[in-house]
Amino acid sequence: MEPSANPKTAFLRGARDALPFILVVGPFALLFGVVGTEAGLNLTEVMAFSVLVIAGASQFAALQVMSENAPTIIVILTALAVNLRMAMYSASLTPYLGKAPVWKRAMVAYFMVDQAYTLSQIKFEMEPEMGLSARFAYYLGTVAPIAPFWYAATYVGAVAGTQIPAEFALDFALPITFIAMIAPALRTMAHVAAAVTSIVVALLMAWMPYGTGLLVAALVAMVVGAQVELWQARRALKGAAP
Amino acid sequence: MTYSHTTVWIIILAMALGSFLIRFSFLGFIGDRKMPDWVLRHLRYTPVAVLPGLVAPLVFWPDATGGHTDPSRLAAALVTLSVGYFGKNVLLAILSGAATLYGMLYLLG
Repeated sequence: MEPSANPKTAFLRGARDALPFILVVGPFALLFGVVGTEAGLNLTEVMAFSVLVIAGASQFAALQVMSENAPTIIVILTALAVNLRMAMYSASLTPYLGKAPVWKRAMVAYFMVDQAYTLSQIKFEMEPEMGLSARFAYYLGTVAPIAPFWYAATYVGAVAGTQIPAEFALDFALPITFIAMIAPALRTMAHVAAAVTSIVVALLMAWMPYGTGLLVAALVAMVVGAQVELWQARRALKGAAP
Repeated sequence: MTYSHTTVWIIILAMALGSFLIRFSFLGFIGDRKMPDWVLRHLRYTPVAVLPGLVAPLVFWPDATGGHTDPSRLAAALVTLSVGYFGKNVLLAILSGAATLYGMLYLLG
């Protein structure tokens, strides 16, 4: 990999690395525009979601819970729970970008999406000699193709949305998208255990009002994931001992 | 859904502010200090803890079929999961799932 010493090269490098992701982000944003409009949001509201919240999974989760007419606080809590992983991203970027001025850190926070985080984290780890401003430039470079595409595709979806007939079974676009996002993340036994727990508890707790069963399922699943990880680490340690 | 426009805006603004604070959290307020391991260990599992539970009822009891399990939707979910798990490619998984759904809906009429 070529070094990305100065900010301009780093920015271009980031943009180039992120380019393939517009293939995922585009259809996803398009779908949000469509589903949001079908659910009864107006164009300004759909756009406000994509521009102000800028978190696909969380936006879809909000729409899903809203379609069940859940209380406002449940909608907000569920949507934010989906976004909690960003706290982990924030923590792991801190050693690399924590010394930047606060306005730059605020920009990093606003644009923190899965793809920008993943690319940057790998890049910073592989090139420890990279300067602070080059790191910031690389990060911005990764969002340069993604963010504008996210806004624009949402707009196109929202405008086209109401013209899509029911035969297209768009109700199932959301589950398919979520399953496709989660499946590659099932890397370890702990991840699989957390996912299975989440499914089982959510189905068992489906009688709870307004999707509160999901919050219970998520909490239990997080604990199960963490415990399985600890258990595996202990076992690996034992196996390594003479 | 039956929300007023004011309520929708409250939801949007709360989500915008909440998401920003989650993203800013450690980068903004903690700086260089390290996080306790047990916190990171739980945060690591948030996506796989939330999304499967959100999707499961939609797969088994879809609204579009009045809550009855639908073979087309079930097959589409299974294909998406398998392709995503073995292929590690989000876009390919979505496309395979959509193809399965449309194919099954067409075949089963």
